[in-house]
Amino acid sequence: MSEATLASVPRVGAGFRLQFEPAQDCHVLLYPEGMVKLNQPAGEIMKRCDGARTIAAVVADLETAFSTTGLEADVLAFVAMAGQQRWLAWT
Amino acid sequence: MNTAARPGPPLWLLAELTYRCPLHCVFCYNPVDFARQEDEISTDDWLRVLREGRAMGAVQLGLSGGEPLLRDDLEIIVAEARRLGFYSNLLTSGVGLTEERAAALKAAGLDHVQLSFQDSTREMNDFLSHTKTFSLKNKVARIIKDQGWPMVMNVVIHRLNIDHIDRIIGMAHEMGAEYLELANTQYYSWAFLNRSQLLPTHEQLKKAEAVTDAWRAKLGEVMRIFFVAPDYHEGKAKKCVNGWGSMFMTIAPDGAALPCHTARMLPGLSFPNVREMSLRDIWFDSEGFNRYRGTGWMKEPCSTCVHKEEDLGGCRCQAYMLAHDAAAADPVCRLSPQHHLVQAAVAEAALSATTPKVAEHPLLFRDPVNSRRLTEPVR
Repeated sequence: MSEATLASVPRVGAGFRLQFEPAQDCHVLLYPEGMVKLNQPAGEIMKRCDGARTIAAVVADLETAFSTTGLEADVLAFVAMAGQQRWLAWT
Repeated sequence: MNTAARPGPPLWLLAELTYRCPLHCVFCYNPVDFARQEDEISTDDWLRVLREGRAMGAVQLGLSGGEPLLRDDLEIIVAEARRLGFYSNLLTSGVGLTEERAAALKAAGLDHVQLSFQDSTREMNDFLSHTKTFSLKNKVARIIKDQGWPMVMNVVIHRLNIDHIDRIIGMAHEMGAEYLELANTQYYSWAFLNRSQLLPTHEQLKKAEAVTDAWRAKLGEVMRIFFVAPDYHEGKAKKCVNGWGSMFMTIAPDGAALPCHTARMLPGLSFPNVREMSLRDIWFDSEGFNRYRGTGWMKEPCSTCVHKEEDLGGCRCQAYMLAHDAAAADPVCRLSPQHHLVQAAVAEAALSATTPKVAEHPLLFRDPVNSRRLTEPVR
């Protein structure tokens, strides 16, 4: 998998499922034999990685939703880490 | 006095759908008296268990057994699990997983399959070369891959196959497994009866770990390999099921709800049945789930030990089996007064692995005849 750029279109990796769990009040990532509890920023990023939006679009959407700017570096860093863990994949 | 805080939800539900099984594995952890427990709860009972569990926050669902494919309502159970939002995992030997059945399970929403390598024959020494087993697993592995499921392969490791670990890993890689679990035998039930033949030596373990590390370096992220170390050799107790009644719940085929799949062996402890009590009441209020929660039940040396929160005293079943006291420290811990029993078992393994035997005590296969022969009728 190539390095993530603003033009990459990430989606949740094969074999993983992302869902919101009311009992834990957070998004979780489910995979064979395990579960990752995502903190709020991670959950907000992951749920926008739908295989349709570019990372640039994800960043723009987050900045609008949370009335802020300058999230680009944080989002790219998270996506790179999530790619290594196979939570996210892109072509 | 330590009072355990109210636990979180049972995040992990293990549904043991049946004790029926076409295999006769010598390391099986099903109860030795499984043949006397033929009662199985109905489809509707299972669907209710899933709904109640999910409502409490359960999210991982293991469908196990025996061989879960022997339940012909498996697709119905999987479909309900998917509808409710469980991540479902079928733990199977692969016997009975035809292309049709796999397609039906996929359509029902099954998330992944854990294929176990067991030996279905009595030729333990031919564990890997036995072509019937090998070709079946190969075929099933292809069926799993064709459905697009992530594949976890599980191999139970013991003295009779540990020296083949290089070939085992190579095979799992060839079959396209994403995860390989090399699980050292845990000595309960049938495995406990066969312990003197199954316990590996220190040397075997060290070699196997080195081989595993070499494969890890070679394969990187392509296949994740988990080597579950055997607690007998480590001198350290493990936090059993991540803590009694902390996140894990097993439902036995007859509907008994257990904190772990072997807990029913513990004397003087009753476990409620899902036919009679809701999962919520069982989890929060039953005596069976509360007895060994937290650290308040502990005796010395655990109660004043600095590691007590790390290992929660280890495994209650192992304490009962080896120290004959379910509230004792797990004897695999080097601080346990009974640790010498574990050391003796390991020493005996080393001796019997190197000494030609005159009269070998035969391996006991998990089958209905042995089950009835070795046990009393269930009261």
